[in-house]
Amino acid sequence: MTDTGTGTGSTKNTAPPPPLPSPPPPPTRAEYCVIACAEAWRNAGEILASPMGVIPSIGARLARRTFAPDLLLTDGEAMLVGPDGTVEGWLPYRQHLTLVAGGRRHVMMGASQIDRYGNQNISCVGDWNRPTRQLLGVRGASVNTLNNPTSYWVPRHSRRVFVECVDMVCGVGYDHAAEHPGTARYHRVPRVVSDLGVFDFATPDHSMRLASLHPGVTVDQVRDATGFEPAVPDEVPYTRDPTPGELALIREVIDPGNTRAREVPA
Amino acid sequence: MTADEAVARLASGMTLGIGGWGSRRKPMALVRALLRSDVTDLTVISYGGPDVGMLAAAGRIRKLVTAFVTLDSIPLEPHYRAARERGALDLMEIDEAMFLWGLQAAANRLPFLPVRAGIGSDVMRVNPGLRTVTSPYDDGETFVAMPALRMDAALVHLSRADRQGNGQYLGPDPYFDDLFCEAADTAYVSCERLVDTAELTKEAAPQTLLVKRHTVTGVVEAPNGAHFTSCAPDYGRDEALQKRYATTPWAQFAARFLAGDERAYRSAVRAAHEEEGT
Repeated sequence: MTDTGTGTGSTKNTAPPPPLPSPPPPPTRAEYCVIACAEAWRNAGEILASPMGVIPSIGARLARRTFAPDLLLTDGEAMLVGPDGTVEGWLPYRQHLTLVAGGRRHVMMGASQIDRYGNQNISCVGDWNRPTRQLLGVRGASVNTLNNPTSYWVPRHSRRVFVECVDMVCGVGYDHAAEHPGTARYHRVPRVVSDLGVFDFATPDHSMRLASLHPGVTVDQVRDATGFEPAVPDEVPYTRDPTPGELALIREVIDPGNTRAREVPA
Repeated sequence: MTADEAVARLASGMTLGIGGWGSRRKPMALVRALLRSDVTDLTVISYGGPDVGMLAAAGRIRKLVTAFVTLDSIPLEPHYRAARERGALDLMEIDEAMFLWGLQAAANRLPFLPVRAGIGSDVMRVNPGLRTVTSPYDDGETFVAMPALRMDAALVHLSRADRQGNGQYLGPDPYFDDLFCEAADTAYVSCERLVDTAELTKEAAPQTLLVKRHTVTGVVEAPNGAHFTSCAPDYGRDEALQKRYATTPWAQFAARFLAGDERAYRSAVRAAHEEEGT
């Protein structure tokens, strides 16, 4: 509409000029993690982004609002919603499972354990027959990994999570996928994002490789916190900075309550 | 019928399917009635929530068939977890999609359905009885042959139903409740409100009529029958009571909340909320 000019205009300006805005605080570790998660959905096209966890959810919504506008997002229940929450579709669990099998989805799951080939465990710790710690259960990890790209999010990178060998393979890693080339024809684990960096499997044997470090993290820190030796290239880039526009979206629009800092403290 | 009358039709050793998902629209009034009965040694098939936690804590489950057990807002179900860690039950742990195709196979009177899940994962290791099947067409792909999940009885909770067993959901997700009823030899539907048949479609679209009467054995009117799990749109999850359930030793929780009938349960819940000011 046209500005009618009523009410807000002032003819006299007696107030002192406002101070220049101070530059926004630099990106936090949590915000680098948001960017690293959002990047998982770059160039994904018109598919469902299924983020699990606070920071992947912020990342998916950031991607949807910026460089991946065709993404589908759910409200966490049965509705497909636009960035402002407008309902645009219905996706109850049974249709969600069909969508998984159809492959038009990139999920980012959690991992209680993950190994060098990207095998993931969310079922239990210890012997499955009598676990020392019962966790969630296999959930949809197996159908996810055999049917659509599956990435992982680990908010606290440690040797308890990044293990030599997972206790129960839920999400299928590259070594097991290679044993079933027909059934695993759609298998792909694009990335693992942790609070220390981004990892991928772009090595000859599809073992985990350090793809980028979040600024402030060293290669030694990653090695110390990883229960196997990840592939480390000679030059490790840093996770890219958020743009000023992305930072404003994260801080003011998508997560004004700063829930991201509860998942990855500053 | 009443919840106790429905449960009186069940017997120890049965295979029992329980509808809902996690801590959402679980037939908790029927589960509470089950806990008041002496029915035990059950094989329970469920996308598990507090239904599984309570029955496991009470020692009623011999074998569980599930993809997960969770309270949603509290990710790990503490009573199920304790039961697993003390080796109290047998488990058939399968993927969510395998579970769905097991229900579909049972509903369609098929021995199995092929599904691209499980292969390459330890689901195959922990279920040595699972078989695979190879496509007879040119692709020759190998799938899991997910066996039908047939059950003696199913318990589900819906928003509305009529006396004949036509059941309606008014929330956003049907979950798999119709499939549970179709996969079972008998099915008991509890509902928030029992209404005349004509009232079902007075204000709601016909596709909300999820469960058909030919698949239903008995209907129970159970207001708050999913409590403390959610039953949209009638009520959300009672997070305060769920938290109390998750943090109270089982015997203590059962003595306070589950010793009496539904009326006693509701007044115990009211008293708990008054104590906490919630």
